[in-house]
Amino acid sequence: MIGLISYLAFFATMAGILAIVVLGLNLQWGYTGLFNGGVVAFFGAGAYGTMILGGRPEPGQFGGFEWPFLFALAGGVLLAGAIAWIVGILTLRLRHDYLAIATFGVAVAFESIARNAEWLTGGAKGLRGFPRPLEAAIGNTFVYGLCFLAMVMAVLAAVYWALQRLVQSPYGRALRAIREDEVAARSLGKNPTRLRLQSFVIGSMIMGVAGGLYVAFYAFVSPQDLAPILTFQVWAMLIVGGAGNNRGAVLGAFLIWGAWTGSGFALSKFAPAAMQLYTGPIQYILIGTVIVVMLLWRPQGLLPERITQRFTKTASKVGTTSKGAF
Amino acid sequence: MIQSLVDGILTGAIISLGAIGLTLVMHMLRFANFAYAELLAIGAYAALVFDVLFSGLVPVLDTAFAPLTLSGALALATIIAMVITGASAVAIDWLVFRRIRAKADALSMVFASFGVALIVRNVLVLIFGHSAQLYSNDIAFAIVVSRDPLLLIKPDQVFVLGAALALMTGFHLILTRTTFGFALRAVAENPALAQVSGVRLSTMITAVWMIGGGLSAAAGVFYALTNQITPVLGHNFLLPVFAATIVGGIGSVHGAVLGGFIVGIASGLALMVLPSGYAPAMPFVIILAVLLVRPNGLFGRDES
Repeated sequence: MIGLISYLAFFATMAGILAIVVLGLNLQWGYTGLFNGGVVAFFGAGAYGTMILGGRPEPGQFGGFEWPFLFALAGGVLLAGAIAWIVGILTLRLRHDYLAIATFGVAVAFESIARNAEWLTGGAKGLRGFPRPLEAAIGNTFVYGLCFLAMVMAVLAAVYWALQRLVQSPYGRALRAIREDEVAARSLGKNPTRLRLQSFVIGSMIMGVAGGLYVAFYAFVSPQDLAPILTFQVWAMLIVGGAGNNRGAVLGAFLIWGAWTGSGFALSKFAPAAMQLYTGPIQYILIGTVIVVMLLWRPQGLLPERITQRFTKTASKVGTTSKGAF
Repeated sequence: MIQSLVDGILTGAIISLGAIGLTLVMHMLRFANFAYAELLAIGAYAALVFDVLFSGLVPVLDTAFAPLTLSGALALATIIAMVITGASAVAIDWLVFRRIRAKADALSMVFASFGVALIVRNVLVLIFGHSAQLYSNDIAFAIVVSRDPLLLIKPDQVFVLGAALALMTGFHLILTRTTFGFALRAVAENPALAQVSGVRLSTMITAVWMIGGGLSAAAGVFYALTNQITPVLGHNFLLPVFAATIVGGIGSVHGAVLGGFIVGIASGLALMVLPSGYAPAMPFVIILAVLLVRPNGLFGRDES
């Protein structure tokens, strides 16, 4: 029984961390129409940043400053935001797909630094030994697992609440306005480049928060944790759940993470031994298929974007429910 | 120094071949196609299949043209692979991109292209396995061109460079000397106006996919001939070909060719000062540098 509960807690913790990433992506893609091809880099910046600032010192290794968890996390989040700011400022005023290419490049560059800069990132073997917050005070690993889950859920709820407030505010309407029609938004005095940059940086910092929680959860980070598939999983979560709907984003995260772990379990249990080497590729094909089929069949996702009442009265006349090209 | 330069030129030729089609597709269909580089892998594997088939059916073809490791079977297989890859590019467009184009915006296409890339790459893993493969197990001896500074060149490399340049020249002639080439450039320039002048857009889109697929297949085979074939071949070329299109300016074929060489040579030279593990990140640095100084590339125009 305890085994089952702790497994469920483990599953829910991971899904909760991923749901935070999806919420960050939803602000960028769902509300502002910004394509982030390197989710994993911003998640990784949060993870490595938190680890380097808050980890234990190791000989021959930069970092290990043993900062208190919250400060280390803040450092990781700022690192993610700084990377997003640099990429955003270079690409957001250009063709919209430049951001896609540049963010994809960030992910590739981040992975090669994580793999090669051993003095900083520990190289392929990664960094280990993160002092998990309050672990010594709680002691019991089972209780600690539940407490950690509670903390992740609290952060998820806080991020959800803050984002709901943000997107329902005039600021959120401005973001959607530039997503729908940049020229019209500009004529109303909005600065699309600045708003996009802000949305991109905030979204990336939210991904950094999730990265920091991930490191605190596993007390370990290596380039393996930053495999490109993470970016695809997060996209699948958002597309399935419904871009432009924060509830959909959270729903998608839990659904896809459930399907991912479930399919992995089923393949390892029932697939013939010769196929075991290929369970990874089969799962990757499933994720790719989910993305393509959802885009073809139901691009708005399971829970489509809902335009609030106040907004609908004016919006229905001009028909802004579909995403226009900008 | 000179060795890195020569290796860079060779990689650059392969990147250029891959970038020509990408720059046209990006310009005509107005989306960054992340599945594009998988065409290189499709081409390399298609050539592998037909190489084995032909050498099995007609053993005479299996003898290599000394001093190359290229055999008659592989040469034929490459031509067939170019057609097959072009056809797969058209098929992917029909199955996925055309449908999404009809109802959603350009960024949904970018998403879909990532999904398609993931599917293609892993289907290749399922069919051909994770491990690297070679067209020929003959050892390709390098020729010592000079001992000080040391410069080694394989005959295959010289052939690949020559063949790549020949393909590019051929495509250049088609673009500048034929009615079809004019039509293609017209569509890339202004789709609406080209249609008014009697150019059928859907035919041109199919043609661009065929050309892009064919050139990419050649690039994939050329890379595999001088290195090896793995399912991540396409993925490894994704960022370099994007960098080449951005350096050259999106929509410019000549820019893509020049950009390919610039990316190849710059990456080659950078490895003299950086550990080789950083090689995948080099195109990204080049992209950032170009965006900083000349956001529309060398030959691109400001579209806004």
